[in-house]
Amino acid sequence: MSAARQKECDVAIRITGLTNSFGEDVVHEDLSLDVFHGEILGVVGGSGTGKSVLMRSIIGLQVPDTGRIEVLGESILDGEEEDVSIRSRWGVLFQGGALFSTLTVAENVMVPLAEFYPEINSKLRREIALYKIALSGLPADAADKYPSELSGGMKKRAGLARALALDPDVLFLDEPTAGLDPIGAARFDELTLELQRTLGLTVFLITHDLDTLHEICDRVAVLADRKVIAIGTIPELLATDHPWIQEYFNGPRGRAAAVSHADEERRQNRFPAQSKSRGFKS
Amino acid sequence: MGAPADFSVEERSDTGAVLRFAGDLNIATIGPIDTRLKSVDQTLALIDMSDVGHIDTVGAWIVHRLARDHGCDIVNLSESGSRLVDAVGKSDAGELERPHRPNVVTRVVGGTGEGVILAFTSMLAMLSFFGSIVRAMLAQAANPRRIRWAATVRHFELVGASALGIVGLMSFLIGIVIAQQGAVQLRQFGAEVFTVNLVGRLTLRELGVLMTAIMVAGRSGSAFAAQIGTMKLTEEVDAMRTIGVSPVEALVLPRVAAAVLMMILLAFYAMIVAMAGGAFLLWATLDLPIATFIVRIQEVVPIHDFYVGMIKAPVFGLIIALSGCYQGMQVRGNAEEVGARTTAAVVQGIFMVIVLDAFFAVFFTEIGWG
Repeated sequence: MSAARQKECDVAIRITGLTNSFGEDVVHEDLSLDVFHGEILGVVGGSGTGKSVLMRSIIGLQVPDTGRIEVLGESILDGEEEDVSIRSRWGVLFQGGALFSTLTVAENVMVPLAEFYPEINSKLRREIALYKIALSGLPADAADKYPSELSGGMKKRAGLARALALDPDVLFLDEPTAGLDPIGAARFDELTLELQRTLGLTVFLITHDLDTLHEICDRVAVLADRKVIAIGTIPELLATDHPWIQEYFNGPRGRAAAVSHADEERRQNRFPAQSKSRGFKS
Repeated sequence: MGAPADFSVEERSDTGAVLRFAGDLNIATIGPIDTRLKSVDQTLALIDMSDVGHIDTVGAWIVHRLARDHGCDIVNLSESGSRLVDAVGKSDAGELERPHRPNVVTRVVGGTGEGVILAFTSMLAMLSFFGSIVRAMLAQAANPRRIRWAATVRHFELVGASALGIVGLMSFLIGIVIAQQGAVQLRQFGAEVFTVNLVGRLTLRELGVLMTAIMVAGRSGSAFAAQIGTMKLTEEVDAMRTIGVSPVEALVLPRVAAAVLMMILLAFYAMIVAMAGGAFLLWATLDLPIATFIVRIQEVVPIHDFYVGMIKAPVFGLIIALSGCYQGMQVRGNAEEVGARTTAAVVQGIFMVIVLDAFFAVFFTEIGWG
């Protein structure tokens, strides 16, 4: 256990003094955040608090005004555009899936493989794509379909398969369960958790889904007032008295999610052998 | 990036052939050994993983595939490694059958046949699209309150008013080119004065309206296809239908009306500006006074040349709007389709305009407006 603890102390993503603004509109001001190795960090915040902008800053799509961002020990902002080595170590799932609409699902997954490892021959590349697609919970016949032939949930899974194409260390998920039915959302949560454990991923997860937060997140970071106002496990967050956090977790939806989660914990304590949920680290 | 992947096969008397992997087995190192692994021809009994460093799912897949193909066991695998091998093993769906590709002859012949069928069906589809426009127009004529004035006027502006600059410049230059080339050629016969006839008849009958139609097809026909196509993609057109708004009435009719009416005005404007260009050049190079040019034009250009141009203009406008809106409505599926349909709208529009122009030329000559 101590080894695991030790590993968690490693910082996978470190953001210090980040400031982002669009003209007059300041989105982040002196924002700092650490994401540890092997954890699932949930990022929450009201609409317009810059969750997506934060993610785009980390993956280098948005150049901040000031600040320092390190992913796996490499600075994002110092490197030039062509410095791509770090890009092969993360995978990103965009909100709508952002699949290339003119390619099949398998070809979508093969794009990053062909881009970074051209020496892998096309047969193996296709094999890799097929097992990644299956790993993401899609049926085998989805591989040769085009994105327009897939449902919303399947698109997200296909996007996840593409994000996993390079066996990344860090996975960015932007509202993965938004727009999914509750069963689909729960399955996606399970899938995320399972993949995270099997592949040892660090997951940066933007979500509005309270069930997701309760079920799979190790820690939750709350974005408000241009900063990360609180970060910790949900019980730790509940102990703070910030009005937005209280309203968020103690509103009718927050309570319902907490109750259902507590029920599940109880059920699993009775039958510990079936326990699948990892619960919280205290 | 870590130790390169490698493997060796040794024949052991007790177990049989043992394949021993070494180094890191991950996506960065696996490329070179993949083909070498294929050439292992003896049947393996064991895969020994004790010398393997870092392993990821790609490495796990290679190991799993080897074990699957040889039906052998994997030994000395680390805990994380065996988790990965299990995970990819569960995700092994077997090789999917790729769709069978027919040979070249079949494909060419089949493609030609499909092309012919497509040409006829799309001709019919376009005819029925035109029918639906006429029906919507009649419905609006019966109930004028349903006419969408705001959208129509907006398209008047987009198709007509904002095209004035570019159409004017283009026409002026066309007029100059005709006058200059005409003057050079006719000078050989000492007949420079007939340049006025050339400029007047050519711009009024043909070039004024034709060049305007090409410009409108490029500016507005493409815009119609792209706008409607994008609205199809984002399901705006479907949303309209469910609310009970007819997309033909709301989207197509204002555009068709704008293209038809604005083509008349733009063609007239283009004719005038082109003649002004010709007059300017003749004044500058042949010292022909502007007033003389105007008088000569009235003497040598029959009025039916003007009618020919003005009759063609609305027809060309209709053709352009029709192909733009039709192609836009055909968009299905993905963003690439919008581009393809926009191109098709412009190409089809200009092509049909030129074909019709040839018909008109023969027709008007036949009826004595030559």
